[in-house]
Amino acid sequence: MQKKAAKKEMIKEASSEISIKKLELTANKIRQDIIKMLFAANSGHTAGPLGMVEIFTALYFKILKHDPKNPKLEDRDRLILSNGHICPVQYACMANSGYFPEKELLTLRKINTRLQGHPNRLDLPGLENSSGPLAQGSSIAAGIALAAKMDRKDYTVFCLMSDGEHQEGQIWEALMFAGNKKLNNFIGIIDRNNIQIDGYVEDIMSIEPLRQKLEAFNCNVYEMNGNDMKEVVVTLENVLKNRNKTTRPSIIIAKTVPGKGISFMENKYEWHGRPPKKEEAEAALKELQAEREIIINKR
Amino acid sequence: MLNKDLHLVDDLSKAEKAATRDGFGKGLLELGEKNKDVVGLCADLKESVRMNWFAEKYPERYIAVGVAEQNLAGVAAGLAFAGKIPFASSFSVFSPGRNWDQLRVSICYSKANVKLCSSHAGLTVGEDGATHQALEDIAITRVLPNLVVIVPSDALETKKATIAIAKYQGPVYMRFSREKTLVYTTEQTPFEIGKALVLKEGNDATVIACGIMVAEVLKAAEVLEKEGISVEVINNHTIKPIDVETIINSVKKTKAVVTAEEHQKTGGLRGAVLELLAEYDVMAVSGYVAVEDKFGESGTSVELLEKYGLTAADIVEEVKKVVKKK
Ligand SMILES: Cc1ncc(C[n+]2csc(CCOP(=O)(O)OP(=O)(O)O)c2C)c(N)n1
Ligand SMILES: [Mg+2]
Repeated sequence: MQKKAAKKEMIKEASSEISIKKLELTANKIRQDIIKMLFAANSGHTAGPLGMVEIFTALYFKILKHDPKNPKLEDRDRLILSNGHICPVQYACMANSGYFPEKELLTLRKINTRLQGHPNRLDLPGLENSSGPLAQGSSIAAGIALAAKMDRKDYTVFCLMSDGEHQEGQIWEALMFAGNKKLNNFIGIIDRNNIQIDGYVEDIMSIEPLRQKLEAFNCNVYEMNGNDMKEVVVTLENVLKNRNKTTRPSIIIAKTVPGKGISFMENKYEWHGRPPKKEEAEAALKELQAEREIIINKR
Repeated sequence: MLNKDLHLVDDLSKAEKAATRDGFGKGLLELGEKNKDVVGLCADLKESVRMNWFAEKYPERYIAVGVAEQNLAGVAAGLAFAGKIPFASSFSVFSPGRNWDQLRVSICYSKANVKLCSSHAGLTVGEDGATHQALEDIAITRVLPNLVVIVPSDALETKKATIAIAKYQGPVYMRFSREKTLVYTTEQTPFEIGKALVLKEGNDATVIACGIMVAEVLKAAEVLEKEGISVEVINNHTIKPIDVETIINSVKKTKAVVTAEEHQKTGGLRGAVLELLAEYDVMAVSGYVAVEDKFGESGTSVELLEKYGLTAADIVEEVKKVVKKK
């Protein structure tokens, strides 16, 4: 009870309303871009990217220390995407923050594109890792975090992971390592959307009790509603603030709604890996436009 | 002229299209009925590998292991030790890609009766890109002792192979594909593990292929025939144990060999064939159609096959080049 009240208090005093509203508008634009990209590509993953829009927007437009015009900036924070299939949300955030021209988004998954179906770090400056085969990013993130420690660098490694991915042994090997090596610069964010390809994670191969597992692996665990922009920003700022007060890695369990923002996609695992058809894309964009008006008209 | 004994589709332009993964799904469904020991395991790609048909009809014999390919292989080995006939499936990049050690020791070294059946091999995976396009799996499986390696060439053959490997006692790796490709065989076309099929006889060059490249070779052979080059076409669906007699006899006759596979140019079918020729001191000029030591990328399967040089036209070119070397 007390914890909840304290959390609410923090949310109140957090980043100003105006910047949250701006981020929400950006998130809305990112969602529209994702729909357009996937429709143009005529293949790809829809549910995961849509559910992770607030988190990626908060990272790229507020939290990360980075310079889109200088992707190799030495002390930049590192964003490692471990579940590479949700890359449309990352590509959209990268384009909208200035890494590359927005019109390039429509080349997603097409021949000769820099926006590969699963990200390739050699193709697109600003991508830290190549991914697609689940769980590999977790170890890479731990390796970068360890290198930062060895070099006495202060940057943070954000490791984005999915819930289905936690069925892979490698995730737990990486977390055991991060805990053992006291990598407090490792911040994991788990997209806890409860879907995978074949169904709901709880039905296919439950990963619960997740929080206790993570704690047993010597991680500090946070939870947040990953689709509430304010809560996302506050939680991330809070985790960063606490970073140097602990020797443990931090993991945020982000409860998200897969397909978030599009009524007919929300919480349906069938949307894991299929793009919208023409009418679906149109309907989705209409819903998002209506939502945009609502954000604009918020006080 | 096509080998009459094999009952192939006469007119390729009239052949239907189906994905080899569909053949696997149908074969497994039929096995479910025939053999109660057959169980299916999948690592969260049930529909993609077409194990969903089996899973719906025999839910008590379907085991979802989640996204966990190493566990998939190990659990399958355990089930095999206890008398089951496990068909364990994922994409080729992950299985045998991620679980190679489990395949090597828990399955091959232990002679576990596991059938590792993987879909989405090769460039024809398409838009998902390089990470999902297995171009190395034949190489890493055919080096393993005790393992049979099969790359069936169309949907019907894949179905027959699925049924055949259930009867065979021992570890098997079978790879198949996502894209629809020509079904050039018929129900009457024979399939036997380890027995390559001479689809067409010829004298100027032997073209040995596996998987979806076989139909491309047949198309190429028609073109070459019109230009006066007579090629012998071999469907070498079993990479291991390789059909020594059929290959040696053919290449001894033609003294020219071209291999065609949707795989890296090293370690796969080409490697298997050239090793064999060297072992038997068969002298021949040779060429290949395969991926040139590169990773794939996103694109449609048609675009990728063209870009990476895996079309009938590429086979025509290569055969001409090789025949000139004679
Ligand atoms: C090692 C590995 N195995 C299998 C796959 C195929 N795959 C891609 S996404 C996915 C589902 C994983 O669940 P999750 O990441 O939670 O999916 P989402 O929430 O985005 O729908 C699977 C099995 C893969 N990419 N990597
Ligand atoms: Mg998920």
